[in-house]
Amino acid sequence: MKTFTKTKMLTDAPMHYCPGCTHGIVHRLVAESIEELGLQEKCIGIAPVGCAVFAYDYFNCDMQEAAHGRAPAVATGIKRCLPDRLVFVYQGDGDLASIGMAETVHAAARGENITIIFINNSIYGMTGGQMAPTTLIGQKATTCQKGRDPSVNGYPIRVCELLATLDAPYYIERVATHDVKHVLAAKRAIKKALQFQAEGRGYSFVEVLVSCPTNWHMAPVDALRFMGEECTKTFPLGVYRDKSEGKI
Amino acid sequence: MTSVKINEALCKGCGLCANACPKNVLSLSKHNMNAKGYFVAEVVNPQHCIGCTFCAIMCPDCAITVSE
Repeated sequence: MKTFTKTKMLTDAPMHYCPGCTHGIVHRLVAESIEELGLQEKCIGIAPVGCAVFAYDYFNCDMQEAAHGRAPAVATGIKRCLPDRLVFVYQGDGDLASIGMAETVHAAARGENITIIFINNSIYGMTGGQMAPTTLIGQKATTCQKGRDPSVNGYPIRVCELLATLDAPYYIERVATHDVKHVLAAKRAIKKALQFQAEGRGYSFVEVLVSCPTNWHMAPVDALRFMGEECTKTFPLGVYRDKSEGKI
Repeated sequence: MTSVKINEALCKGCGLCANACPKNVLSLSKHNMNAKGYFVAEVVNPQHCIGCTFCAIMCPDCAITVSE
């Protein structure tokens, strides 16, 4: 028999996310991983701009808010000044893959010893469902109302594959949150990424597919099904880089 | 015997817990509304609970506690 109680790494503040948004699950996974590694006192998180902008209210550790897209740059500064701290960055797809693409790619290319948790819901959530760099082909958004057309809007960016072309990153994996099995796998990936940072091995990056029932215009359970059936086709799950196992 | 407790103040009625439960222990209430205006999840078949914690793993709001 297993029991389940909320981790102390999360505060008691009620989360502001929409019903069925799996952001909350990823918050919990990150928090539990840090607690299990025993690094709560040494942890500094960087909150993004986007739906997770209030992440600093939910994590029970030191948090720093960054300007839109600049979280990896802020994390670089903090980690270089305080190399004994565990620095994690929590960013959405508009923040990381659009306005923050330069910071993301250069932090990865430098191989900074930080952990990036990339939340990919393939749409801009907070601003009301505009097309993101990760929006699927044919997926509707307020700025591509007939569905994303590659001839006009281009193709979705696969960030894990993109960063895996660089030499420096130590660990890159894409996981999802559409059922219990994948949530548990996501936790293993996040914990591994934080562990690698704590061991000083270098840049670790975990992309987590999450649902956005509000802006996908679906019921929460249907949104999870869509994630499992459609998002994972464009964004295949798996390990893209793991130097500890020789996967380069 | 395990028991599932739902913090109704945090629940947003998304139904991911009821969807994940393999034993249909949980269901969304049709009458019980919380202060936020959501119809909350409730335990309807407590005797069937096997303590797998799937509901708590899928709850985005950490509203579920599973204890023995």
